[in-house]
Amino acid sequence: MDFISGSELLKLCEENHCRISEVMRQREASEFGADPEETISRMKEAYRIMKESCHKPLDEPVASIGGLIGGEAAKVRNRRRSGKSICGSMLSKAITYSLAVLEVNASMGLIVAAPTAGSSGVLPGLLLALEEEFSLDDEQIIDGLFTASAVGYLIMRNATVAGAQAGCQAEVGAASAMAAAAAAEIMGGTPKQCMDAASSAIVNLLGLVCDPVAGLVEYPCQSRNVLGASNALVCAEMALSGVEQFIPFDQTVDTMMMVGRSIPFELRETSLGGCAATEAACRKTCEIFKTK
Amino acid sequence: MPSISIFEVIGPNMVGPSSSHTAGAVAIALLVKKMFNEPIQKAEFILYGSFAKTYKGHGTDRALLGGILGFETYDLRIKNSFQLADECGLEYSFRVDEKETEVHPNTVEIHVTGEQGGTMSVRGVSLGGGKVKIIRINGIDVDFTGEYSTLVIRHLDYPGMVAYIATSLSERNVNIAFMRLFREQKGATAYSVVESDEEIPQELLDKLREHPKVEDVMLIQV
Repeated sequence: MDFISGSELLKLCEENHCRISEVMRQREASEFGADPEETISRMKEAYRIMKESCHKPLDEPVASIGGLIGGEAAKVRNRRRSGKSICGSMLSKAITYSLAVLEVNASMGLIVAAPTAGSSGVLPGLLLALEEEFSLDDEQIIDGLFTASAVGYLIMRNATVAGAQAGCQAEVGAASAMAAAAAAEIMGGTPKQCMDAASSAIVNLLGLVCDPVAGLVEYPCQSRNVLGASNALVCAEMALSGVEQFIPFDQTVDTMMMVGRSIPFELRETSLGGCAATEAACRKTCEIFKTK
Repeated sequence: MPSISIFEVIGPNMVGPSSSHTAGAVAIALLVKKMFNEPIQKAEFILYGSFAKTYKGHGTDRALLGGILGFETYDLRIKNSFQLADECGLEYSFRVDEKETEVHPNTVEIHVTGEQGGTMSVRGVSLGGGKVKIIRINGIDVDFTGEYSTLVIRHLDYPGMVAYIATSLSERNVNIAFMRLFREQKGATAYSVVESDEEIPQELLDKLREHPKVEDVMLIQV
């Protein structure tokens, strides 16, 4: 059982009366000879690492290599605890956890690249918040991760997830599409709704540039991960409400790649433009490399 | 085009901050450690392209050293690999080469010296998402990823070598996924690279070494 496009994936779901997560697990067995139980246990281990990276900096703050980030997750958590959050509990948690994973990543802690290290906060941030807010089981979240991997696979296959090739829209954009589809499936959406959620997540982030200050995976990467998680949440909500996307997923993926090609070199992970080229960032960059 | 598995999308499980500059660096150095047939006493790293420019901020140096120490991409000891290398007496140095520009952006060349005096130099590239490949061994261009069980045989370019290797494998029921021979010139040193889906038995290495034209056999077991 294999598919190379979103439309083929939806056809397989329809023919086999199953969800995207199930098709993806079957593909792993048929295309790679993977043992189905081992596939599930590997995903459980990935989710265990994801959860740990969401919680770790809340209890033990650590400095990042470049010193541009650290402590942000705890600040947002504290505001929620004080009852003042203007985002509500669900979104506030998603923000907290996405920030936390990037803090772990930037301090050489353990994370799961999903699909990349630079976008590793989006998927765990949103899914752990969902699990807690709706009292879900790990098994439901793990199903969602399989759905996310189907979306990520299609973007990797038919476009790219490399910031150097197509900007942040390819990294955080892909992660956001993956998280949107996962959230939609976990909350009872149809396969079509999952792909609609993924499609709108990509559309919303088209053109997002990759401009890391000092070349580090710290700023603005961390808050862009929050953007990816919150975008995924609103796209899943729209899809679950029956808001349809008239541009199919496969075409949004193609256009993301084409937009990526027209993003100038300076804004594709070279740190020559965007945030990285601001006066404040240049000053910071000098400070970082003087002390190293 | 090889297909993409679930855990290439959700994965690798890795120490941050960058899949290409950290996890990929660990993976290249770990392949070097697995290929080298004696304990490593000294490792010299030459960094090219983006590796040369940004290695400190991405912990590429610690990641490379961690791979030489035998750590996997998810091993938290990577963060302390300088200290751990000092403790076990491993000598190391890093050098940046910004003159050679005709290289993949994330390239490293690793020279290792063993406790028994053997040496090897390997060039690897990090392709993104933690995927890597080895592109040169001791000055000869090769091409393999280490994702399969891989046998690397250094031998003289001599008639019948490929048949000898293939027969030795088939006698032990090892199914060959890919096999390629890399050489610079006729009759000189060549590398045969055999990739298999299954485990390659250790005793096969002794059998291959028996051949007078075989100079060295290296095994990367998955």
